[in-house]
Amino acid sequence: MAVRTLSQMDAYAGAPEKKYTLYMLMLGFIALMVGTLFGPLQSFNYGGLDLYPFLKPVFQNYYQGLTLHGVLNAIIFTQLFGQAIMVYLPARELGLRPNMTLAWVSFWMALIGLLIAALPLLANAASVLYTFYPPLKAHWAFYLGAALFVLSSYVSIYLALEMWARWRKAHPGQITPLVTYMSVTYWLMWLLASLGLVVEVALFLIPWSLGLLDGVDPLLMRTLFWYTGHPIVYFWLLPAYALAYTTLPRLAGGKLISDPLARLVFLLFLLFSVPVGFHHQFADPGIAPYWKFIHTILTMMVAVPSLITAFTIAASLENAGRNNGGKGLLGWIAALPWNNPTVLAFLLGFLAFIPGGAGGIVNASFNLNQNIHNTVWIPGHFHLQVGTLVTMAAMGTAFWLVPHLTGKPLVARGMALASQWLWFIGMFIMTFALHWMGFLYAVPRRSHIAGSPIAMEAYRESAAWMVLNIVAGVILLIAAILFFYVLYATALQSRREPSQVMAEVPFTEVLSKAEGSSLAQLTERVWFWFGIALLLVVLAYGPVLFQMFTHMNPVPGVRLW
Amino acid sequence: MDENVHVIERYERAWIVFGLGMIAVFIVLIGYLMIANRGTIPISAGRVDATQVRSAGDFANPRVEQVGNEYVVYVQAFAFGYLPTEIRVKAGRKVTFNITSPDAQHGFQIERTNINPQVIPGEVVQVSHVFRTPGEYRIICNEYCGIGHANMVSKIIVEP
Ligand code: HEM
Ligand SMILES: [Cu+2]
Ligand SMILES: [Cu+2]
Ligand SMILES: [Cu+2]
Repeated sequence: MAVRTLSQMDAYAGAPEKKYTLYMLMLGFIALMVGTLFGPLQSFNYGGLDLYPFLKPVFQNYYQGLTLHGVLNAIIFTQLFGQAIMVYLPARELGLRPNMTLAWVSFWMALIGLLIAALPLLANAASVLYTFYPPLKAHWAFYLGAALFVLSSYVSIYLALEMWARWRKAHPGQITPLVTYMSVTYWLMWLLASLGLVVEVALFLIPWSLGLLDGVDPLLMRTLFWYTGHPIVYFWLLPAYALAYTTLPRLAGGKLISDPLARLVFLLFLLFSVPVGFHHQFADPGIAPYWKFIHTILTMMVAVPSLITAFTIAASLENAGRNNGGKGLLGWIAALPWNNPTVLAFLLGFLAFIPGGAGGIVNASFNLNQNIHNTVWIPGHFHLQVGTLVTMAAMGTAFWLVPHLTGKPLVARGMALASQWLWFIGMFIMTFALHWMGFLYAVPRRSHIAGSPIAMEAYRESAAWMVLNIVAGVILLIAAILFFYVLYATALQSRREPSQVMAEVPFTEVLSKAEGSSLAQLTERVWFWFGIALLLVVLAYGPVLFQMFTHMNPVPGVRLW
Repeated sequence: MDENVHVIERYERAWIVFGLGMIAVFIVLIGYLMIANRGTIPISAGRVDATQVRSAGDFANPRVEQVGNEYVVYVQAFAFGYLPTEIRVKAGRKVTFNITSPDAQHGFQIERTNINPQVIPGEVVQVSHVFRTPGEYRIICNEYCGIGHANMVSKIIVEP
């Protein structure tokens, strides 16, 4: 029967990688919790309600809070979730253990980097938002901590590739198992994608903030930032996709439709994620219009793998619904296990992802982008993606993964379900309001409008939409409280009952297998495709970056907050 | 089951073909619209020394200049406002904006138009537009530029 007094040691003795995964995951959720606390305050701001005067002793201004929100949610939480999932899943699938010393090195690098960056953030010495566009200049500790944090992901790249190499040596000529394939392409994509950020921070921003450089070229910094800034969204998204492909069908009671197609999706992300960054610089001078058009075409290409995913996930869910006895055209939807909090989180997350994806195509369309560039449409858009699907996939996965890692069963299942419904409803209302406020009234993003009578006067026509932001802020606050209660109550309870929780990762079975598929064979040549991805990047960025690096126009830093 | 898989694969191919077709249509449309509205595409009108913007050159003297039947406007976007403080032009004439900043990055979005360039210190950004309808148009800074960012709102008055 259940072992009640399993000591801390015993729980992880046979599987130290579980402890590593748990620590990465929980550190990520702590970051998410702190970051998310500012979310409702921002919603209230866009409802004309300013609560920052009450926070004054601790937080100096709106932009300090917004920087914490962006950095902790979009940089820290997302990366830690990737470092947990995209190392743990292949380890389980291959039956191998990652190099544990290096795994802990990566954890400590991430934690120390986070702490170093947190100091200036909390001291209002780095309120430059998560894009930190020069010439706004933060305290050097912010750039240094961020660099250390990001470099910890390079250790994760090594961990995943090393396990893959070990497996290949033992299984020559075989096709890489699916999750491992996803992990390998994910980490290689990130290796290529992170270069811009690493060059920007290591070669320019750190020396500049230390006073070793008088100025930096703001346009070049933007270009390096967005070189990483677009693919980073796939860095956030792909762990959610990997879980949706390889665990969701099983959890919902069905099978994945096609393994080779899933590989193709990840391969396309490896190829097309990076050479598209100019779509964040449509409004910039100094990048010729034809370059903007070239990146538009490539951006449209990167919609293809998500279109395929929409099909495959929907078809796999239909397979699950019909297995559960669902009949008729739509009956399978009702037959899905909506009362399973993990499945619910994914279903609602994908539902929000559909308008999010459509909005993404709008953003990529040059002339439409001119209407919504830097308006609140933009946070409206990405809260449907990273704020909803990615975050809900993480929350939903925590509902089985934390029990699986710790042997502690999920507590308060009803609250878990409620948190996901409320998160979905709150995000839907908020993003709906933000989209319209941006599109119809040009209400700017990142703007403390509730603290500015000028702004409140300028945007008064959007008052009806503002009310929705307040409503959404309250709903999301409740959702967050429920979720974090469930998470901590589960992880911190003393009861361990391994027999009550999922012993194995719920990897799905597939209908169309990789063996004998010529498509799977083709995708297996990972290094060849990595070379092609590199070539695409050189073609799409090389000439512009060369021009910028050889004609720098440095500008001194300013602190305006 | 096997039969089922084949049916799904047929739908799957159809969906991918549909997706690619849709994307091809979008790309053609975007290319066409970019060419048709090229004046609104932000381009570079040279570079300046950001530390000299307030003291020398065209931007030390922010102004609306009438050149023949058109206007050329030199705008300084600074923390936290715009110079000239008010811009007056006549409807139906082409207005070309040249904008730069002496301090941080700013925005310059003119509501109800496609004018929305990024203002970057050291770079002069150029866009042009013909205002068809007389009235007042707000100019909004939509790039975070510091503590006064939300106050950075100005206007253009288009006279009949
Ligand atoms: C309780 C839930 C949340 C609420 C109510 C919320 C609300 C908001 C609002 C209103 C903004 C716009 C602020 C502005 O432009 O001034 C914003 C920005 C942002 N949010 Fe959230 N958010 C939530 C959760 C999340 C999550 C889970 C993520 C990512 C994982 C996220 C990522 C971001 C990012 C990256 C920004 C942009 C920051 C910037 O412009 O610098 N948010 N959020
Ligand atoms: Cu992007
Ligand atoms: Cu400004
Ligand atoms: Cu501003």
